[in-house]
Amino acid sequence: MIWRASGFRAWLLQRLSAVYMALFIGMFVLHLALDAPSSYQEWRDWMALPFIAVTTSIFFAALLIHAWVGLRDVIMDYVHPLGVRFVLLALVAAGLLAMGLWMLRILMMGGAA
Amino acid sequence: MINKMVKNIKRPIFMDLLRIRMPVVAVLSFAHRVTGVMLCLLIPLVIYLLDLSLRDAQGYAEVLAILASPPVKFMAVILLWGFSHHLLAGIRFLLIDADIGVERDSARRSAWAINIGGLIVPIIALVLLL
Repeated sequence: MIWRASGFRAWLLQRLSAVYMALFIGMFVLHLALDAPSSYQEWRDWMALPFIAVTTSIFFAALLIHAWVGLRDVIMDYVHPLGVRFVLLALVAAGLLAMGLWMLRILMMGGAA
Repeated sequence: MINKMVKNIKRPIFMDLLRIRMPVVAVLSFAHRVTGVMLCLLIPLVIYLLDLSLRDAQGYAEVLAILASPPVKFMAVILLWGFSHHLLAGIRFLLIDADIGVERDSARRSAWAINIGGLIVPIIALVLLL
């Protein structure tokens, strides 16, 4: 009951996704700083490594979840007319979903190549 | 509903946002939201660049050229402010969740440090660019 009604799930998702993204971005920046790819081939090979492909997929999932929880909070705090609020939330959800599918396509094409 | 509230309340009300002095913690919290929305707008751009860079050698070269162009670099400095502030303020919120730095004095000190620290990172980047 508490789980469903209190927004605890949103709170927890926001924090778990934040920690994961911070770690991933740290790893990614460190890699670029220490061993930046010098050619297209190197870049693509690196992105196709199973570890990188999986952690990158999780990163974008975390990013979209984090964006959804954050934007939803902002919209619910500042947009009070229910109709406008609903339309805005629907647009944001559709936009984030589209980005998720786009990302999925990129990663799948990378894996197939 | 707000009108009704205003009518019922007997105390003086002062709502001029431009003249209210926001406490530093409120500035941090508000900036966390502004930078969050800003970073959301960046998501499609990042995915687009990733897509292009992985497509073929020509796309990869295009992405490098886009990232190296001066207007993009200056935009990146602003985004770097957004990212630094959002990350630092986010870590601060996580620490507060863990009961670290909850007291008013330490919460205000960390808010000052982050509002300023978040600016220092892009300033260093700007200096390196020029």
